[in-house]
Amino acid sequence: MKFIAEIDVMPQKEILDPQGKAVKLGLHNLGIDAIDNVRIGRHITLEIDADSKALAGEQVEIACRKLLANLIMEEFSYEIKEA
Amino acid sequence: MKFGVVVFPGSNCDDDTVGVLQAMDQDVIKLWHKDTDLQGCDFIILPGGFSYGDYLRSGAIARFSPIMEKVIEHANNGGYLLGICNGFQVLVEAGLLPGVLLRNDFQKFVSKNIYLKTISNNALLTNGLDLNKAYKIPVAHADGRYFADAKTVQELINNDQILFKYCDKNGDISDETNLNGSIENIAGICNANRNVFGMMPHPERAADPMLGNIDGLEILQQIVGEILV
Repeated sequence: MKFIAEIDVMPQKEILDPQGKAVKLGLHNLGIDAIDNVRIGRHITLEIDADSKALAGEQVEIACRKLLANLIMEEFSYEIKEA
Repeated sequence: MKFGVVVFPGSNCDDDTVGVLQAMDQDVIKLWHKDTDLQGCDFIILPGGFSYGDYLRSGAIARFSPIMEKVIEHANNGGYLLGICNGFQVLVEAGLLPGVLLRNDFQKFVSKNIYLKTISNNALLTNGLDLNKAYKIPVAHADGRYFADAKTVQELINNDQILFKYCDKNGDISDETNLNGSIENIAGICNANRNVFGMMPHPERAADPMLGNIDGLEILQQIVGEILV
């Protein structure tokens, strides 16, 4: 069966995200002052062949831990659905 | 000592590094990232550049190149290994050095001469360097902000693993001389076993008298134990 994983990789909360800070400044310059705490991460989608959703999840977990996220500075979350 | 300079797709300081080593009369070869044999090299260098286009995170994909399995084995067996700039990023991604290199705090690529202070002489790379001298060395990076959690930083301090810090031309270290927001102004470190070194600045780019600055040569000469010029 084919599954699709939707993965979000975000900088850890305690780590300064200068990109988010710069974008927040841009948003304020646009006049949208109510916006605060902009954090920028990465969204990854991938297809995966697996016998079950649980097995697909195991593969995604390894992919995230070993390559897609660096756990010293980032955290990840994902959702898996049938393709 | 035989040197091997690893070439990843996107490396761009491999020739400079090889050139400096040849100028020091060293036996040096290039190692292709798809190779799986270090060809008897005693000292491996991961050069600067943009391996795999810096995709995902700087150094993250290079870390899984076929040659890296042998490089990691070499380092774990006590073999010497130096990562410069992108090479340093590959080493932290590979877990051979602690911490990570984040986007510069001011968010831009920085390419200029900076000053480096040697913090520890207790490493092959720094053993003969002057602790009171500010070495003028170029940097060229966007992801150079060294970060590690408080416990790891304390371990680096306790084990004397911080080799270089960013300073001013008088050798003073302060927030103003912190080029990119690195924790503790850290510019270069070694591992606990003192055989793996990583630094963001480029000594190989300050190693030819014709370029008017040989401070980088002085650093690289420590490796081969040459007498200072």
